[in-house]
Amino acid sequence: MGNVIRGRVIIRGRAKGEVLVSREPLSFWGGYDYRTGEIIDRRHPLSGHIASGRVLAVPFARGSSTTTAVLLEAVRAGTAPAAILTTSADSFFALASIVADEMYAKPIPLLALEPGDFARLRTGARVRIHEDGTIVEEETSTANET
Amino acid sequence: MALKLSRSDDALLTGKHGPAAQRAMSIVTRMAEVHGASDLMDITGAHIDSTIYIGEAGLEFAERLASLGAQVAVPTTLNVSGLDEHHWQEWAVPADWAHKAHRQMIAYQSMGCLPTWTCAPYQTEMRPSFGQQIAWGESNAIVFANSVLGARTERYPDLLDICCAITGRVPAVGLHLTENRAGEILMRLVDVPPALQKDDSFYPVLGHLVGKIAQDRIPVIDGLAAQPSEDQLKALGAAASSSGAVALFHLVGVTPEAPTLEAAFQHRAPKREIDVTLDDLRQARRELTTAGGEQLHMVVLGSPHFSLAEFKRLAPLLIGKRAHPDVRFLVTSSRAMALLARQYGYLQALEVFGGRVTVDTCILASPMLPPEVKLLMTNSAKYAYYIPGLLGARVTFGSLEDCVRSAVAGRVVRDESLWEM
Repeated sequence: MGNVIRGRVIIRGRAKGEVLVSREPLSFWGGYDYRTGEIIDRRHPLSGHIASGRVLAVPFARGSSTTTAVLLEAVRAGTAPAAILTTSADSFFALASIVADEMYAKPIPLLALEPGDFARLRTGARVRIHEDGTIVEEETSTANET
Repeated sequence: MALKLSRSDDALLTGKHGPAAQRAMSIVTRMAEVHGASDLMDITGAHIDSTIYIGEAGLEFAERLASLGAQVAVPTTLNVSGLDEHHWQEWAVPADWAHKAHRQMIAYQSMGCLPTWTCAPYQTEMRPSFGQQIAWGESNAIVFANSVLGARTERYPDLLDICCAITGRVPAVGLHLTENRAGEILMRLVDVPPALQKDDSFYPVLGHLVGKIAQDRIPVIDGLAAQPSEDQLKALGAAASSSGAVALFHLVGVTPEAPTLEAAFQHRAPKREIDVTLDDLRQARRELTTAGGEQLHMVVLGSPHFSLAEFKRLAPLLIGKRAHPDVRFLVTSSRAMALLARQYGYLQALEVFGGRVTVDTCILASPMLPPEVKLLMTNSAKYAYYIPGLLGARVTFGSLEDCVRSAVAGRVVRDESLWEM
């Protein structure tokens, strides 16, 4: 994915984790089991993946308004993604993160990426997200280009 | 662009109207900043989707607001809850779950909201009018209000909807503003037979396809020969807001902001043009089905909630027939619609047929179905979209007539003739 991507900060925060990316938008209602962190939309390419603790990258939230309520439950249950990356300021994810901050002081870092940068993300990459919106790929066992 | 607050916004934010309004205003202003809004604006109504009981966090949120004395500032309707308040014991709803879902109902009602308990608030006396600024949650209600009624709402997520209702204010962004309501994608129907266009089952299938193509853009659909009914438009919108993030569509010659193609685009050029063929629609229809023609456990109708007109249309299809003993036949609706349907005499045929009505909720929002229900059939694209993920069950999409025939036969029976022309 290249070493550094700069995203626009929608909700500020630090996180690290493994990227889980899809170009397909996702509804959390009917799409995310907050008890397990599993993606359960059986029509979605990430169906069956566990997003808990990972850096989830989807272009935006589609479908139900209840996406925010499910994401808030996931924060409370400790099964939410470590951070969420989108292609535009997604109001559903942003609101869930703001309420998670107001209620539990646990906002989910949320960044909006340029489509070109979003396309560079790849599942499995380990990244660190900084408060200024930079996303840095961490060293892995395979040699990185310098 | 910094957010400018009015003196009364400021009073809310600094707690002069109490802690609940302060908390709500804090959330509204933080969302305004996310959107880069420069102002807040007044609304004259709200619809609260946060009523659906999901778990402890949503309940905590509602009860905290209620205990702080929250009251809505504008007329506010309530979406489906987690249970049929007076009949949940007839289903498989666990008592503990029902108790919590009921606490959530009470919390929202105590804030001064109307206990409409429906995902189709546009079928109530609180239906907004053209140009009215509102804050609505519930994806199908949002798209109906914007597209069919010409009222103006953003796509409000759960939890924000109630904050807007308490403050009476929303960020002045998005679909509240005329310039953001122009069509973006042109979808032209090219070879769809008129007979299919008149059929109810065409609209949820078209909606499913529209949502997939448009995603979060505003689609303009041109080339429709039929004049769709309100329930057909409801089905189109509910489908498009499930498979996509559609909050507004224009149907040229039908919806109020699209008297002409040029008007729908506000005289701008489409960003994309797509021909929609019968083949595309057949593919979309296939996608709504995950089960085969095997045994059937349940037929479910009414997502969005069944209207009086739909009860009227269903009743004559049931006369002189009985559902197969192994098939449950359920219609989900609001308590007001069910009451009207009874008064109009539309429920007797349903009851003789062996069918039932559930109000206040639906099979997706309430854990009401026993675990043996694994194969369902519906005429709703929204039900078809969400049943696999939310219920872990399989689903077949069909027309209303297909659903009745299948309920009688005890297995899926579909008439393919309209789709094979």
